[in-house]
Amino acid sequence: MSEADSIVAETAARIFADLADPQTINAAKDDGWRKPLWDALSESGLTLAWVPEDLGGAGAGLAEGFELMTVAGRSASPVPLTETLLAGWLLSQGRIASPAGPMSIAPARPKDRIALGADGTLIGRARGVPYAREAAHLAVIADGPKGPAIALVATKDCRIADLRGLAGATVQDVTFDKVVPLGVADAPQGVDQSALMLLGATARSLETAGGLEAILAMSVKYAGERVAFEKPIAKFQAVQHNLARLAGEMAAATTAATSAADAIASAERLDHPGIFLEAASARIRSAEAATEGTSIAHQVHGAIGYTKEHILHRFTMRMLTWRDDFGNESQWAVDLGNRVAANGAEELWPLVAAR
Amino acid sequence: MSTALKFDPIRLPKECEDLRQEVRAFLKEQIAAGTFDPGGVGRDDAFNYEFARKVGEKGWIGMTWPKKYGGQERTFLERYVVTEEFRVANAPTRVFFTADRQSGPTLIKYANEEIKQSVLPRICRGECCFGIGMSEPGSGSDLFAARTKATKVDGGYLINGSKIWTSNAHRADYLIALFRTSPPTKENRRHGLTSFLVDMKNTKGISCNPIIQLSGLHEFNEVVFEDAFMPDSHLLGEIDGAWKQATSELAYERSGPERFLETFQVMIELVRVLGENPDLRAAEGLGRLVAQLHTLRRMSVSVNGMLQAGKEPVVEGSVVKDLGTIWEQRLPHKVREVAAFVEDEDLGNRIAFEEHLAFATTIAPKLTIQGGTTEVLRGIIAAGLGLRGR
Repeated sequence: MSEADSIVAETAARIFADLADPQTINAAKDDGWRKPLWDALSESGLTLAWVPEDLGGAGAGLAEGFELMTVAGRSASPVPLTETLLAGWLLSQGRIASPAGPMSIAPARPKDRIALGADGTLIGRARGVPYAREAAHLAVIADGPKGPAIALVATKDCRIADLRGLAGATVQDVTFDKVVPLGVADAPQGVDQSALMLLGATARSLETAGGLEAILAMSVKYAGERVAFEKPIAKFQAVQHNLARLAGEMAAATTAATSAADAIASAERLDHPGIFLEAASARIRSAEAATEGTSIAHQVHGAIGYTKEHILHRFTMRMLTWRDDFGNESQWAVDLGNRVAANGAEELWPLVAAR
Repeated sequence: MSTALKFDPIRLPKECEDLRQEVRAFLKEQIAAGTFDPGGVGRDDAFNYEFARKVGEKGWIGMTWPKKYGGQERTFLERYVVTEEFRVANAPTRVFFTADRQSGPTLIKYANEEIKQSVLPRICRGECCFGIGMSEPGSGSDLFAARTKATKVDGGYLINGSKIWTSNAHRADYLIALFRTSPPTKENRRHGLTSFLVDMKNTKGISCNPIIQLSGLHEFNEVVFEDAFMPDSHLLGEIDGAWKQATSELAYERSGPERFLETFQVMIELVRVLGENPDLRAAEGLGRLVAQLHTLRRMSVSVNGMLQAGKEPVVEGSVVKDLGTIWEQRLPHKVREVAAFVEDEDLGNRIAFEEHLAFATTIAPKLTIQGGTTEVLRGIIAAGLGLRGR
């Protein structure tokens, strides 16, 4: 926590500390902790922070919502807070009121497309939608007859397929087979699937940065406690240098993610080359940091970090999963590389030095 | 603990962008006038006194310093913009860069008034080149093992011993050097070193032997002191207490854009040979490099913003140099991989690419050694994490 954190972030941090302590959750026999946590987040207005007050939300700014995501990342709690925030933002862009309860968004990957037909139904498939099974509603960005359209959909009207990937029970494929939306609206200028990916990728970068903060603190603490060869392993230079590298990865992810969040929060429009550079860099660098950082944290912890009983895996597996949402780092890198190449050699430095 | 590291999202203010346009226009003019050749890679002509004088006329050397010493009292973020534009344009800054970055600030803090009045304005005019006399044959990363001795005599000190890897010494007007005035104590092995301003042009008993680097460039020297006399007035700061003076300057020295932009031109040439439609593999490789560079720059700007705000982000500065130099060291190898399937027909593009790639590859090994090795930096970061004493 820094002195700059807003009331929104402080409230969230308190709720996560009280109701989502990783140790308690990890040891829990069932999902009994989920409802109290969600209710507390919801009653504080955090889940609909990005929904204006006249649409039933808390009306917080983009910057405050982004802070919330860093805080959520620090506890790596498997609840669809970020997804519900994104869904609320998207629905609000179409002036569609947000329902209560957990929501998610579709598509969650840049190449997937959902079409809004002339008959008003949705057709298409969204792969890797986080919390599709848990969310009662989905906010959808679709290709409509007149351009991008925003739709609110009941998840029970879609076909949900479980995957067996790293994300476990938290991610599903969603098929829209002539689904009738509960509400639909034309997307305003500048709000399209790319805009949703920008926000989603930035959100995951912030969560990853928060997660890296947590595993760095955890690893530093453990290295100070664990004695081997008659001294705390923190005294060994090899361990110190590994932790210094982890700190560097955390710092890179945090800087890229908070810079992107700051740029988006103060942007007049999202379809701008400078904003694309910020979000792409945040996604690429934070995913690389997740790959490097999680392996260092496990190395420092040794065998105990590889047990079900220890909380480290709650963070590391989640961060590795997040790399795939809203475009993985390879996809963003290809897009960024293509844009740089298309603009030509002389435009590279002006792009990097633009702000 | 981890939150001890801070990288606030700092943006360059409007005055910086105006300045950037002014710097770009100036560089364009100087290139057109033939003051320097931006395509000149790895040549020994970086000691360009004409360019230095013109930069001095613009007020861009010592630009953050007090006006009474020839400075402009501008911000560190403005200096940041000038530094990065010079670096990207391959401008020949060797005459003034060291003095501007660290020697001048040291003098402002620790030199007597007479030296400040006489030396600082000359630096600002681009007339005065500095070097740093730290390493010795038996003392590199372990700075506090320095043995070159300063013996007290009437009115000053006699220096005996030698410094090594001293960049610029063969051209420098001055060095700022550490000499041993007392032995270390049992309690503090850092005790006993004192910082001096060495007048290289007017001191008897100093000789300078060139050491040619593997790149073919002559930057390094061995500097030998034989009963070289330093007047008391050239003492900088506390006798025996130089170790206390080093820390805050390290943040400036380590966090700047020069730590990852020294070979940036190879990226420009890479984009040129890739053309408008790179294949998937090249596009991904290029995209990653740009994202990594953007992130480093944001970290570096952030540290400089904190410096401007009067903070001492020593650990953050070390993180920037650690990540920045490792990145730049790998850059030519990544660029080579990304360009592996390029078949650019344009011979001019190919020659420029090959030349920059060769230069970047050749200087890569030194990047993680100069100005604080990776190992030293990680020790500082580990100390910042509370894993060891500083």
